[in-house]
Amino acid sequence: MSRIGKCFEGLKARGEKALTAFITAGDPDMESTQALFKKIEEMGADLIELGVPFSDPLADGPVIQAASQRSLEAGTTLKKIIALVKEIRKTSQLPIILMSSFNPVYVYGEEAFVRDAVAAGVDGVILPDLPPEEAGDFLALADKKGLDMIMLMAPTTSESRARMIAEKSRGFIYYISVTGTTGTRNELAVGIRDKVENIRNLTSLPVLIGFGISGPEQAEEAVKFSEGVIVGSSIVKIIGGDEPIADRVEKVGCLIADIKRSISAGN
Amino acid sequence: MEYSFPDYRGHFGAFGGKYVIETLMPALEELEKLYEEARNDPEFVKELNHYLSKYVGRPTPLYFAENLTKHLGGAKIYLKREDLNHTGAHKINNTIGSALLTRRMGKKRVIAETGAGQHGVATATAAALFDLECDVFMGEEDMRRQSLNVFRMKLLGARVIPVTAGTRTLKDATSEAIRNWITTVETTHYIIGSVVGPHPYPMLVRDFQKIIGQETKDQIMEEEGKLPDLCIACVGGGSNAMGLFYPFVTNEEVRLMGVEAAGHGIESGKHGASLNHGSSGVLHGMMSYLLHDEDGQVKEAHSISAGLDYPGVGAEHSHLKTTGRAEYAMITDEEALEGFKLLSTTEGIIPALESAHAISQVAKVAPGMKKNEIIVVCLSGRGDKDVTQVAEILGEKL
Repeated sequence: MSRIGKCFEGLKARGEKALTAFITAGDPDMESTQALFKKIEEMGADLIELGVPFSDPLADGPVIQAASQRSLEAGTTLKKIIALVKEIRKTSQLPIILMSSFNPVYVYGEEAFVRDAVAAGVDGVILPDLPPEEAGDFLALADKKGLDMIMLMAPTTSESRARMIAEKSRGFIYYISVTGTTGTRNELAVGIRDKVENIRNLTSLPVLIGFGISGPEQAEEAVKFSEGVIVGSSIVKIIGGDEPIADRVEKVGCLIADIKRSISAGN
Repeated sequence: MEYSFPDYRGHFGAFGGKYVIETLMPALEELEKLYEEARNDPEFVKELNHYLSKYVGRPTPLYFAENLTKHLGGAKIYLKREDLNHTGAHKINNTIGSALLTRRMGKKRVIAETGAGQHGVATATAAALFDLECDVFMGEEDMRRQSLNVFRMKLLGARVIPVTAGTRTLKDATSEAIRNWITTVETTHYIIGSVVGPHPYPMLVRDFQKIIGQETKDQIMEEEGKLPDLCIACVGGGSNAMGLFYPFVTNEEVRLMGVEAAGHGIESGKHGASLNHGSSGVLHGMMSYLLHDEDGQVKEAHSISAGLDYPGVGAEHSHLKTTGRAEYAMITDEEALEGFKLLSTTEGIIPALESAHAISQVAKVAPGMKKNEIIVVCLSGRGDKDVTQVAEILGEKL
């Protein structure tokens, strides 16, 4: 079983919900990413998503677009991110998921990417612009090497599509809570609970809620009907601040602890 | 020769497809279905033809450019006068069709991206005609270069939303339009201006533009009693070229030649020649030739003409290049300016800077061809919008 699978098994046994933290790798530089990773793990996140920066991130709102920009300016490449994961793996067993626009992966070479990522200790991958219709080759390669390809569902997803996605997704289902790009929202979309509950009839995979979870309140609300949350923009916003990096790392740590506490209370 | 692309998955050989986030997939499926119904509905076809003829002014003339032909001293040159369409370019062929589709969907708002502003103006026009709310995304740099078109869009009742990301040109405007669509997809239709984007857009836009080639075929048969030897058109995203080429694709004796922007010259790295100097990659929802670096980051394109200033290209052009059915030449900024002046002085027609690339290519190839050979060049737009910019470059004070 993959590290992601084991993680959810453990959470379930303990009656806990998952907190997945997203940061853009290399924002503002690789050293900071390593420090942030350590802090996020220490403060109780269960999984971590490392964003691969892209010049034209279509699914991202302004906060993560800016992070992508900062990271690219610092010279981040997919190769360097994979090397970073290898380094982190020496001291951490936290499940690591790479989230990337498809083009950097395509240019790296799908087969080479899967091979190198797995060898470095990457557990899962989210490619938002590679829907199941185009993912055939990649999914086969990932399955062969035991890399979980996590697929997305959205509020606009029809039942027939949900069925197909549920069948092809590995690790968990990433449920996009809002019809929109990444970024914080003040409240969860209406009707989301019913939609997530419908997914239960299609798969036994855990369902995590992402896009628009800004803080402890929404996280607490979301885990009432899901296995966990993915928090990105509100973390990345702190990282984009202008105080000394050590202070930003501390602040991210506090946010992680707050959210983890709130989703434990929500149970 | 048989040719039936795209396939049912929206692929043109190795290119095309639907590379978008799940949020948009249902809208693309709906659009595909709705378009399939519409094009088989005689009422829809009748209404589209009505507006194309009475409102847009089609058919556009196929004009024998006698002076230019004499000046170049080779093949006979015909101009397909898309510049004579209402709003001054071929873009309106697509926006009228797409606005009718929007109405059929019951959506009340359209969005568009624009580079030179021609597609923005054509979308704003169709939106005014069919009473749709309209937001146009335009790079700040392009708004400066094309201030006249910005004002035209405002007059037509559209909002022009400045895009300040990246190079502030067409690529960034397209990205921002897609982001807006991800947020508003339930109430809004995205009218893409070229044969780019996720399936079914490359097919749909081609189909709305293929009237260019269909009319050309009839007109040249009537005029000359034979098909042209060569068709030439400029390629940014490539919708006017696809529109001209498509009806000739199965006529293998007709050479098809697209013209990309070589900008300041290929060696300068500042150009828009994705087919000649790019490699396959994914941007804006499709697999196609793309200008990107070894890490898959998209490079900045450059062209004197905002409409060719794009690092990607239509998926079907990538396919036609790969199969060898079409060839793709390149023209620099400087050469395009020569073409701009050449057509103005020989024929009294000021071409758009985009179309001037095609004219310059004609000037290169026509002299080497026989006098009984025929070239059709798509004059995709008129140059009024570019006059201020060209004056600035030539150092003229207006």
